[in-house]
Amino acid sequence: MKPPNPTSLSRRRLLRGTAGAAGLAAIGLTSEQARAAKDLTVGFIYVGPKDDYGYNQAHAEAAAMVKKMPGIKVVEEEKVPETDDVSKTMESMIKLDGATLLFPTSFGYFDPYVLKMATKYKDIQFRHCGGLWTNKDPMNAGSYFGYIGMCQYLNGIAAAHATKTKKLGFIAAKPIPQVLINVNSFALGARSVDPTITTSVIFTGEWSMPVKEAEATNSLIGQGIDVVTCHVDGPKVIMETAERRGIYTCGYHADQSKLAPKGYLTGAEWNWITVYKQFIADAQGGKPIPNFTRGGLAEGFVKMSPFGPALSEAGRKNVTAVKAEIMKGGYSVFKGPLKDNKGNVVVPAGKAYPETAIELESCNYLVDGVVGSTS
Amino acid sequence: MEAIGTVLLAMLAGSLRVSTPFLFVSLGECLTEKSGRINLGNEGVLVLGAMVAYATSYETGSPWAGVAAAAVSGLLLGGIHGAICSLARVNDVAMGIAIMLAGTGIAFFFGKPYVQPSATLLSGIPFGFWSDNAQVRNALSVCPLFLLGIAAAVALHWCFNATRVGLRVRIVGDSQDAALALGLPIDRTRFLATACGSALAGIGGAFLSLYYPGSWNEGLSSGQGLMAVALVVFSRWNPINCIYASLLFGAAGALGPSLQTVGITWGYYLFYAAPYIFTLVVLIITARGGKSLRGMPGQLSIGR
Repeated sequence: MKPPNPTSLSRRRLLRGTAGAAGLAAIGLTSEQARAAKDLTVGFIYVGPKDDYGYNQAHAEAAAMVKKMPGIKVVEEEKVPETDDVSKTMESMIKLDGATLLFPTSFGYFDPYVLKMATKYKDIQFRHCGGLWTNKDPMNAGSYFGYIGMCQYLNGIAAAHATKTKKLGFIAAKPIPQVLINVNSFALGARSVDPTITTSVIFTGEWSMPVKEAEATNSLIGQGIDVVTCHVDGPKVIMETAERRGIYTCGYHADQSKLAPKGYLTGAEWNWITVYKQFIADAQGGKPIPNFTRGGLAEGFVKMSPFGPALSEAGRKNVTAVKAEIMKGGYSVFKGPLKDNKGNVVVPAGKAYPETAIELESCNYLVDGVVGSTS
Repeated sequence: MEAIGTVLLAMLAGSLRVSTPFLFVSLGECLTEKSGRINLGNEGVLVLGAMVAYATSYETGSPWAGVAAAAVSGLLLGGIHGAICSLARVNDVAMGIAIMLAGTGIAFFFGKPYVQPSATLLSGIPFGFWSDNAQVRNALSVCPLFLLGIAAAVALHWCFNATRVGLRVRIVGDSQDAALALGLPIDRTRFLATACGSALAGIGGAFLSLYYPGSWNEGLSSGQGLMAVALVVFSRWNPINCIYASLLFGAAGALGPSLQTVGITWGYYLFYAAPYIFTLVVLIITARGGKSLRGMPGQLSIGR
């Protein structure tokens, strides 16, 4: 078992909200500020538990690496709801811990909470994960995000080499563009190997619903599906259920190979340390931190899990070869002519949308070969 | 035709898989409410039970030790609720909410180190051994806790109707004046009923973490403990009806995902709401003619 995590979280929680603590905090602040002149204090805020084998863990793993960098102090708080609570957390990180660079990592933190705080504290840098910043927003705020769809495309290729029933499953939370790009990329990856493969998608409607996710996994298996992947906040239950039922899995968000040692083929992972290293180097060097940052496999914003034992030699070669193509840049998964699963043309012939294409930001369809519907 | 069979099989499997926590919590709540007290804290007990069961199973290697530990943790938390509610002018609804928050808080705090490791789980009893169909075999793999829950429901029903203890609980719950006249220990009865009811809810939590979905994390319960409180009203404070209500809820919950796999993909939000819509319909039908309070213990604070 893991020892309890000694973060500054409990101390800050204790200090916050009590009147007497304000005096204490003021005393603490002077020494904190003196140190902050040399050192940089970075704050990370997570919406869920930071060991969820998923979205939050991906950020927390990067934060743990940041912690080891010289001259950096890291403060973290997990399970901060997307409400006014996050404003209080940001404020206490700024005032009590002397943080000057904040990473509120959940999508819903941005508007209005991060924007308000950025207007209030002009000297503090806010970088929000989710990619919503526009040039009308405060200049000390910004957004970063990664193109993980390419990794789901590679997942799809791996899945196609493992499946015997030619049926794949995808458990998705909500039909929003980021999720639909992942579903479509996974299906297109599989069909690039074998065009007869279908991908059944189940929407659970919520980001984290363990019982419903397990139920969805079981009903997919009931339909003869033998590879499953997902886009939910914590894939733990899905991976474990699939492993127990003896089918293959492709991971998402973080490395889940420990949960499914037999069936794990590979996985699409975030690699946030690339972003954080760059931002912190800018802050330490006195350079402006970019306001809008995005990247994919080539930029090192996302990565693939190591291959699991179940993936065949041919599958490994195929994934590695396509990955090398993607690393060259400009690779398009969405290539015309491409139809959605209702028969409408979504990418006209002769057109191709690389991961950076603005057209993908409004993706609201499931491509041909996906069994399911967005509403 | 095959699709209908698949959906029906999925619903059968779902009702066997998902219903157990509902069953245990609703039985526990039924016992508590029969004594005239409401315990909204069972949601917290469910989460605490799940954590304690998982942690104990991980540390000792025995899932049944985990189940026992979950029951004890429920007994203690329910005991606190029961003891405090025995004090004068304590509102049991407000206290229940406090217990719910305390239970989940304690579970999250002490459960942190157990999110990552894998504990030994309970294994199912293969009632589907006769079939060659892997789907049927999987659907009929039944957790021993489910059978224990059925047995508990029958025992509780018999106890309420045919034993002195059950009769006393019902008197205390139905009429405080009658209980006083008979010289029954009202506070002690309610305390014990609350503690034992929460012990059952704790076992329901053990099912969540040790069988299905079979892992511990902080989003595990998603409100099932609270739904079970509604199920008790739905089943009119009758333990046998609790079985049917729980099975029905499990089956209705499996409807959404299984319909999506056979290609009925529109309106999944609507199908996910099926259990709740069904509850509403049944309540409306059975509440006709002013019989809405039939079976309700007279001393429940919501009825007074």
